[in-house]
Amino acid sequence: MDVGLFAQYVMNGLMLGMMYALVAVGFTLFFGVLDIIKFSHGDVLTVGAFVALATFAGLHAAGFNSQLLDLVIMLAVATLAMAALGMLIARYLVMPLRSAPALNTLLITLMLGTVLREAVRLFYPQGANPKPFPALLPQNSIDLGSLNLRLDNALMLAAGAAVIVGLQYLLNRTKLGLAIRAVAQDEETARTMGVNFTAIVLVTFAIGSGLAAFAGVMNGLYYNEINFGIGLYLGVIGFSAAIIGGLGSIYGAILGGFLFAGLQTVGTVLLPFASAYKDVFAFAVVIAIMAWRPTGLIQEKISERV
Amino acid sequence: MIRTSKATAIGLTAAILVFVAATADAKDKVKVGFIGPLTGGVSVNGIGGRNSADLAVKLRNADAKAKYEYELVVLDDECKPNVAVQVATKMAADKDIIAAATHYCSATAIATVDTYHKFGFPVIIWGAVLPDITYRNKYAEIHRVNGTMINQNDANAELVSKLGYKTVAVIHDTTDYGKGHNEYFSKALAKIGKAKIVGTFGVTAEQQDFTAELTQIKALNPEVIYFGGLTPIGVRIRLQMDKLGIKAVFDGTSGIVSDAYIQGLGPLAEGSLAFREGAPTEKLPGGKFFMEKYNAQKYDNPPEAYGAFAYAAMDMILNTIEKVGPDRKKVIADLGNVKDRDSIVGKITFDDHGQNTVAVITKYVIQDGKFVEWDDSEYASGKRKLPGQK
Repeated sequence: MDVGLFAQYVMNGLMLGMMYALVAVGFTLFFGVLDIIKFSHGDVLTVGAFVALATFAGLHAAGFNSQLLDLVIMLAVATLAMAALGMLIARYLVMPLRSAPALNTLLITLMLGTVLREAVRLFYPQGANPKPFPALLPQNSIDLGSLNLRLDNALMLAAGAAVIVGLQYLLNRTKLGLAIRAVAQDEETARTMGVNFTAIVLVTFAIGSGLAAFAGVMNGLYYNEINFGIGLYLGVIGFSAAIIGGLGSIYGAILGGFLFAGLQTVGTVLLPFASAYKDVFAFAVVIAIMAWRPTGLIQEKISERV
Repeated sequence: MIRTSKATAIGLTAAILVFVAATADAKDKVKVGFIGPLTGGVSVNGIGGRNSADLAVKLRNADAKAKYEYELVVLDDECKPNVAVQVATKMAADKDIIAAATHYCSATAIATVDTYHKFGFPVIIWGAVLPDITYRNKYAEIHRVNGTMINQNDANAELVSKLGYKTVAVIHDTTDYGKGHNEYFSKALAKIGKAKIVGTFGVTAEQQDFTAELTQIKALNPEVIYFGGLTPIGVRIRLQMDKLGIKAVFDGTSGIVSDAYIQGLGPLAEGSLAFREGAPTEKLPGGKFFMEKYNAQKYDNPPEAYGAFAYAAMDMILNTIEKVGPDRKKVIADLGNVKDRDSIVGKITFDDHGQNTVAVITKYVIQDGKFVEWDDSEYASGKRKLPGQK
């Protein structure tokens, strides 16, 4: 295999991994503060992408024509709207079920996901069709042999990395981050230390869901197409990535995301004329990793023991 | 207790008899069915077919000469074989439903043929193109008004060879539908012997990311990428080809003949090839009539590529019931003997497998955001050129 081709695979894998990682981080955040699995996460991503698309259509109708401004407004609207949606879900669906078995939360969010997905399909105009997503980043590309290096991909990777670094900073260097970590480690103690538990949970859901919206917009910009089903698949993979990384660990989620993308790419390359089996291959490896390290590659720093 | 319920039953029966006698001059109600994908990625095609079948029923009910009043029962197969078997069983088990126009997706149509056979439930397929649906078994219950994918792939391979292309990469979805396309296209291309397949890639029907497959294809550098699958992933593959700078011709099948394909791609749809059995709707014998009536109903969605076939299938069911009465066995017997019967899609003749012979294949190329017949296009006249066209 020549170098250009190899570089192209790496680039594809990195883009895919970045999206998986952003979704996985959400799963891990929610699990961290509340010890719950929120299965509607992928569909929040879908709704975020569609909100961005609707915003774009609105801006376009209003006569806006600056690509950069369009993009900034779209991102802001989608992220804020999904942050609000995340808080609503946390406040009215997840928190009331705190004393119920964890399975109930899982089930209720799973159903919410279906509701969100079908709502997009039914209420977005012609929502069942694949929708073109505007290319708002510079489309320049350099052809280096078999490698087609695109500026928009590079920008998206940089933006994704910046978001993850920003999140790290928020969690480890700010008072809010300290409170989130305190709640994640021990809810009771955090409460007695004066941490407003409800507020912290809501903020965490807002951050996670905002990240999903960001990933949704990125997905749209990368493929220039969105459809009501994107979140379902990304949700399953993001969840698996969070699990292999070790639920509750941010680094684990990122590692898991890139690992999964790597596995899918390797699967396609190694099984060149049986590419249909790449998901079988990737998930089989995930199962093997789970058997080897049941708590994930990077464990929570303080695991809960009874 | 038992005596009371017996008495009630007798009373009820009597009441029903009186009621039936009283309404004898009103038309008897007869139920007919429709199954197609109403949700999910290809739902536009399913809804177009549903509307078309609904139109046939509405027009018949408006006809004073009709002997029965028809009620259309619609079920959703979601284009998923497991769901299809459930809804097919539900419909076939309901003895009030006499016959049905069923399935757009080949994967669902092939999954349900045994169910219909088991229940002795006559169906006419309105959109699925896999040959096995009619030809794998010889079931008297199964008929099909649209053609099979064999003919369209012959036409496809012929055009690709004629245009002088030498190398083709194949991407197909791994359902029975996509695998069938791969099989018949590969056979047809090998038979002509001018072009060679440099790689075949199976992909799942829900896949989002094709960059890994397309990067491999890029290294193989084919002139044409043949795609055997449906619109949603067709749109994704075409877009991602562009992202990776692949300049090959995108050669699709009847699965992408849908307005959603063009809407999803915008200008990138230009120059995509597609093939479908039968003439385009507006050129069908009853095409003008059909479109007028369809538009008059103000449905939300267009009829899409197979709407006219769904109409023809439903209309044939209604004609048959009018002729032999609402009885499944008699309907099957009558459908076993269809020769040169007029319909909006032209004369329909079922062979001994219940397959209509549709000789005409329409070759399409997308030009300025529309499916244009190849022979009328500027690509055929040489005014525009596909990538690598000689």
